[in-house]
Parts: sequence; structure tokens; C-alpha cells
Amino acid sequence: MTAVAQFRRHWRPIRRQPLFTAALIAVALLVFSFATSGGDPGLFGITVLSGLFQGMLLFMVAAGLSIVFGLMGVLNFAQGSYFMIGAYVCYAIHHAPGLVAAIPDGNLRFLLAAGAAALVGAGLGAALERLLLRPLYARPVFQIVLTFGVAIVISEAVKAIYGTTPYSWTAAFTFHDGSFSLFGQVFSTYRLLVIGVGLALIGATLLLLHRSRLGIIIRAGVQDSQMVEALGINVRAVFTLVFALGCAIAAFGGAVAAPFLGVSTDLANNFLLAAIAVVALGGLGSFAGTAVASVLVGLAVATVARFASQYLNQPVWADLTPMILLTLVLLARPHGLFGKEGHA
Amino acid sequence: MTDPILRVESIHTFIGQFHILEGVSFAVPPGSITVLLGRNGAGKTTTLRSIMALTPPRKGSISFEGQSLARQRPFHIARRGIGYVPEQRAIFSALSVRENLEIAERQHGELRHRQAFIFDLFPDLQRLYEYPGGQLSGGQQQMLAIARALVPDNRLLLIDEPSEGLAPVVIQQLMIAIRKLAAQATVLLVEQNFRMASQLADHYVIIDDGRAVAAGNMSDLIADPALVQRYLGAT
Repeated sequence: MTAVAQFRRHWRPIRRQPLFTAALIAVALLVFSFATSGGDPGLFGITVLSGLFQGMLLFMVAAGLSIVFGLMGVLNFAQGSYFMIGAYVCYAIHHAPGLVAAIPDGNLRFLLAAGAAALVGAGLGAALERLLLRPLYARPVFQIVLTFGVAIVISEAVKAIYGTTPYSWTAAFTFHDGSFSLFGQVFSTYRLLVIGVGLALIGATLLLLHRSRLGIIIRAGVQDSQMVEALGINVRAVFTLVFALGCAIAAFGGAVAAPFLGVSTDLANNFLLAAIAVVALGGLGSFAGTAVASVLVGLAVATVARFASQYLNQPVWADLTPMILLTLVLLARPHGLFGKEGHA
Repeated sequence: MTDPILRVESIHTFIGQFHILEGVSFAVPPGSITVLLGRNGAGKTTTLRSIMALTPPRKGSISFEGQSLARQRPFHIARRGIGYVPEQRAIFSALSVRENLEIAERQHGELRHRQAFIFDLFPDLQRLYEYPGGQLSGGQQQMLAIARALVPDNRLLLIDEPSEGLAPVVIQQLMIAIRKLAAQATVLLVEQNFRMASQLADHYVIIDDGRAVAAGNMSDLIADPALVQRYLGAT
């Protein structure tokens, strides 16, 4: 066998590995980002950190979408609405005059507000699953219509309560207000904190899925929920728990995004579309794929956003980036990066 | 005469609009191996699925240890002490052998208590403990599926076509294992392989066109080749 043939024989299986494709995309994005930043390490570094920040926010919406789809086969179009609700709840609690007086420490108040947002998300998620979705498990089209309708109802309800004017975060707290310099570029420490929280959530969810009994049940349920039930496990209760957990993570994401992005009903749709692209890009039903795809889409959006505003003066390209990246990847890997045939 | 551990009375089960079981009745004596025999499509698998409420019957009654299983969900029925080994094994291919067994625990530590018994029955599983279930051979997957039903303290095991698609040497191993585990739990077996069924079972029930048409001691069936020929096409 010639050296070329030997190289090809070893290269082919590597080329087919999802991690290889993901690494290739990441390297291409980083090279493009560095090249278009004119060799300025500060600009490059800030773009990468912005990408990671956006990636972590996307992950918080996409994580629930991915696990719920994998286990229950439900594509929850209301997932973005839970992100938005989390932002409103966090904002409302953190700015409530009574609470400002009772808990003057802004950091502590923010932690409480973010926790409360996650709890509200979990409660509303459990209610959606138990009261509305459960009767429709055998009807996938109805599920789509239902979750889409719930998203509209939530959006209109929020408008009725808070009005249509977006809110900017005005209450100061030190987590939010700090910044640091990276090669001469200023970057918010809060965004760094969000990246850390996002990475911790990825780690915690991976631990939950691979090191706990609930994780074993979820992974088994993704394959055959009827058999899991026949082993003596109340699968419906697990469905409710997982659905609530996914909504809680999305609401928590909205809460941590609010101090930076502000609060408006647009948050729901802005993040939902990109999160659906992330879940499809990572491979439907693959949680690891979702985590990797979140980072890739975040990096791509930040890179294209800077490039488009710097050279094209057309920021709309950043909004299109998740779908363009998804299309390109699906052309090469029809089941997404980590997807398996049965799930596409 | 002792009360049956499982009593199925006149159950009617539908799959979609198809009337699959049309009044199946039989009883399973405790501490025995009972086999459901019948041609392809006779309703044997649907009978087991009806007992587990995976395809719940619309009419009729099923009782386990004298208690009705009506309106119970599959997980309730499993928790009563009934283990189910479906056809095609249904092991979880992405989980390791250990995880496939751990998921069947109903109380923490159950697997640790039953491990020695399970590894004595199926030594291969000890060697392959951390392997993904999807990488096991057909025979090893069948062993894993049966072992999974042995983790909790089940008093009745429903085993659907354990010999399907397996090599004769593996079938022999399984027969030895099923005989050993029958010392600890009652077994209701679905089996097309009459040779295997006749060597294993104490009692038989023949299902034909969704009805139980004959039942009794296996020795009586072996002594009646005409009956075997009529309903099973085998001698």
C-alpha cells in the first residue's frame, strides 16, 4: 500500500468524526476572525469572548429544546418565551422598590431574582407539560401548533402586564458594572461571568446526564420510553421534570441576559430561531452536540457581526449567520454534527 | 390446589382498529414455567403486552397474586413484581451493561445484592460490564435483557421469544439460565421454538387467532402430537 493510500485509509474515519468537523469549523471561524481584525489581538480577543457569551446564552435556550426533543419528541416553540419570562421576572424582582429597600445589596438581590426566574420558568414549564402537552403526545403536529400558540399567548400576556416598551437595566450591582482590559479593549466582567455560568451549566448538565440515575433514565428514555416505564419508572413524571428543568434553564438564561440585553418581548423570538438552528446543527437529540453547536454559532455570530459592521455596514448578516451555518453543515452532514439517523 | 399467581380472564385487546385478542383466558400456577405457544400473529406477544398494560385490554380482567391490574399503568404493574423481557430485547444500546442493569433498580443497592446471582447465570455480563449495550452480540443482549428483569425482586417474569435469532449453543445457555431463575420466580414464556418450550415448560397455553384454545401440563401436550400438529405445525 502506498503512503498516500495509507494516509487516506487513516484519514477517512477521522474526517467522519463529529468532533473533527466541529473543530474544523471553530478553527476556520477563529482564523477568519483574526484575519479580519487586522491582527489586533484585543479586537480578536473581544470577538471571541463576545462569541462565547452569545454561545452560552444560546445554550441556555437550546439545552431545554434539545433534551425535551430527545426524550419526548416535542419541539417546544415556547422555549424562547421562557427565556423572555426569565428576563422580565428577574428585572421585576431586582427593581421592585420594596425589595430594593429590604435587600440593598444588588448582587444578592440579583442572585435571588435569577433563582426566582428559574423557579417561575420551572413552574410554568411543568404546567405547560402536565395540563396542555400531555394529552397531545400522540399528535406531533398538534404539539407544534400548541407550543406556537402558547408562545403567542405568553408574549401577549407579558405585553398586557409590562407594556410594549423595552426596559433597560438601571439598578446597579457590582457583578454587572465591572470591566477589564484585554490588549487595550474593554470587556465587561459580567459577560465573563455569564460565560463561566454557561460553562458550569454545560458541565452540570453533562454530569446529570452521565453520572446520575435521572440521567440514565433520560438517556434510556430517549431510545425507548415505553421500555423504561415497563421497568417500573414513572416516565410521565420524568417527562414533567425534564420539561420543567429545560424551561428553568431557559428562564435562568433570560435572567442573566437581562442586565446586558435589556428586557423586551423580542427576546423570545430572537433567541428561539437561533436556538432551533443550534439544536439542528448539533444533531437532534444530542445534548453534547447542542453544547458544541452553541459555542460554534455564538462564535460565528460574533465574528460575522463585527465583520459586517466594520466592512459591510450591514449588521443583518449576524442575524442570518445561524441559519447559514446550519445550511452549510447540513449539506455535509444531513443529521447535524452529532446526530444519528433515526433522529433527523 | 394453589391459587394461580396470574389469572387472565376473557381479555379483548385491540391494536388500532384490529381486534387482536378475542377473549383470551388462562392461569399461571406459581413456581412454574408456563409457555404461550402459537403460530406467528396468533396474539402471544399482545397477551404479554396486555398483562403489562403496554397495549391495555379494552375488556376482561387480569389479576396478579389475587389483585386486579385494571387501570394500572405499566410502571405500577412492574412495581407489583412483574418483570418484562420483550421480543427484540429492547436493551438500551447507548447505555453500558452496568447502566442497563442499574436502571432496573427499584431500591438503591438492589443490583449489588443480585449481582452474584446474575453473574452466575450470565458470566459474560461480568466481563462486559462497562461495554455499551449496543456493542453486545444478539445472545449477550438477550442475556442482558433477562438479567435486567432479575435486578428487582420480581415474582413473575414475562419473557417474549428469548430464542429468536440466536445460535443453538446460545439457546442452550439461555435454557439453563431460565431453568435456574425459575427456582426464584414464576416464568411466563412466549416461545415459537417448540423443542425449547417442551424441554423448559411445566405448563402450556396455546393461543390461536386471538383465543386460548388449549392449556394443560406440558407432558400431556408432548404426548398429543395431533394437537401440536394442528395448532403449531410441529411434531
